[in-house]
Amino acid sequence: MSRYRHKPFPYTTPPELSGGKPFEAPVVIVGAGPIGLSAAIDLAQHGVASVVLDENNVVTVGSRAICWAKRTLEIFDRLGVGERMREKGVTWQAGRLFHRDREVYHFDLMTEPGHRNPAFINLQQYYVEAYLIDRCADFAGLIDLRWNNRVTGVEQSRDSVRVRVETPDGGYDIEADYLLACDGARSTVRSSVGLDFAGEIFWDRFLIADVEMEADFPSERWFWFEPTFHSGQSALLHKQPDNIYRIDLQLGWDADPGEEKKPENVVPRIQAMFGDRDFKLEWVSLYTFQCRRLERFVHDHVIFLGDSAHLVSPFGARGGNGGIQDVDNLCWKLAAVIDGRAPAALLDSYDEERCHAADENILNSTRATRFMTPDDDAERLFRDAVLALAEDMPFARQLINSGRPSKPCSLAGMALQSDDDEGFDTPVVPGTACPDAVVAEGSRPGWLLDHLGGAFKLLSFGDDPARHDGLGTVCINDLPVDGCTTLRDVDGLVAERYGADPGAAYLIRPDQHVAARFRNPTPQAIGKALARASGKAMEQRS
Amino acid sequence: MTGQANDAQSVLGACRLGDNADDLYETLLGAHAGLDASASAALNARLVLILMNAVGDEATVRAAIRAARADRVPPAPDDDR
Repeated sequence: MSRYRHKPFPYTTPPELSGGKPFEAPVVIVGAGPIGLSAAIDLAQHGVASVVLDENNVVTVGSRAICWAKRTLEIFDRLGVGERMREKGVTWQAGRLFHRDREVYHFDLMTEPGHRNPAFINLQQYYVEAYLIDRCADFAGLIDLRWNNRVTGVEQSRDSVRVRVETPDGGYDIEADYLLACDGARSTVRSSVGLDFAGEIFWDRFLIADVEMEADFPSERWFWFEPTFHSGQSALLHKQPDNIYRIDLQLGWDADPGEEKKPENVVPRIQAMFGDRDFKLEWVSLYTFQCRRLERFVHDHVIFLGDSAHLVSPFGARGGNGGIQDVDNLCWKLAAVIDGRAPAALLDSYDEERCHAADENILNSTRATRFMTPDDDAERLFRDAVLALAEDMPFARQLINSGRPSKPCSLAGMALQSDDDEGFDTPVVPGTACPDAVVAEGSRPGWLLDHLGGAFKLLSFGDDPARHDGLGTVCINDLPVDGCTTLRDVDGLVAERYGADPGAAYLIRPDQHVAARFRNPTPQAIGKALARASGKAMEQRS
Repeated sequence: MTGQANDAQSVLGACRLGDNADDLYETLLGAHAGLDASASAALNARLVLILMNAVGDEATVRAAIRAARADRVPPAPDDDR
């Protein structure tokens, strides 16, 4: 099986220094990781140009973020990269939990059929970045990807933001309407703007290793508390593509990071885990986990996404997935503001919606980390009691927390969403990420989500579907309806999941979230919900 | 305080063990016989979890935690959690 080969991307002298034709872009993105690259693609799909600055010239070394959740994959589909990720990634939805050498718990995250994407795929971050970089090339006129361009300073004025950049050829300034800080946990932009990054640090160290070996472990998440093969408190095993396994070993706070990283100390730990088996150590890192977030993500013309905005422990896969969902939430709003279709106040809804999501992620990840790294005697006492009971008592299994898997966060009740229409009895209330379903367009089978998103759309039901001026209509009906994308509900899953009778309609946001739903839609009601979801009802910021 | 929490509070304080109270109390003490402090604490932790699940009702469990923690001081009037 072919492995990823890190090749440097070519640095070219930026036009500001070469005297070439300047690349006009309203947005500068700092950081070409999964978040920055996804943002560039999403903006480009909305017709908005960006310059992406990255201080390095290779994709990340080491697997780093590997678990990509269903909602993230749906966003990757919208960005045109989902297929490739799925093809390469290791699909999984089940996991096993062991206490010492006994299995105490087995879970399956998805049993419902009729979704294109699985609960998770495992795919090394370097592949994710490489595929996103390839996708950026499809938007040559809209994305200017600049390697070896290091940001050294950020300055805001009333109407714009100015960025100081250093390159191998010297420094230059670039000005933009908006700067997206996607530069990670140690964000230069965040420190340039001088923002407090408050939170909690967990006094523990984890060894993370990528190991290449021939093995037939199933595609499942395996987690051990007090493993017999390792003296620490926990161990985690994930399968990745290319016969690479990710191993997380909890070492405790007293572990010496410099010593523990040495192969002569790592190899015996892996041997203890897998016995006498040939393996090759690919990458080793030592981590300490923190949960932090900025108080606000939007600071006038500087907007924070991903790890620069919020940090979580990795248990539950909420870091990379949270960041991609930031992108999904922000980019259509930013494009509307830049195009003059929405007031700048629409960006406040990014703060409202994604701060809430970050809090949910931090809460879950803090709970998991606390279970794995008990803070004091009482926490340890109860943690051990839960593990002791789990084998015989199902209720205790439910309390074991090795990370609650990332789920899309509900935006119900927030500024952009209309009140629910009481005529529905399905849980797809305004603020919910749209559930997928099998559909057919004519004779061509496909997925509902492929037809939603990108712009506001009406999802209407029946042969006389609700429509609205300027909105694309996706109509669920057996026979084609003029002027609509008509989809057949082949397995009845759309009707089941959306609980909609003929005549009903859903207003869907460009990020595939429900903005409003109507049992008996009227143009007035749709217009009002659309204005609200577009930020027209939000107060202008002073 | 909500009506629900009021109910929970009165349930917690009421006599529910009847004529078996002394027997049960002795059984509880007997379970700790011969255990050192840490084994005894571990037993209590398991017992609390088992009883918490047996009670099940969220308001009752919360009220019980509050009652145990607050040294029998009644909760503030606006404390409905």
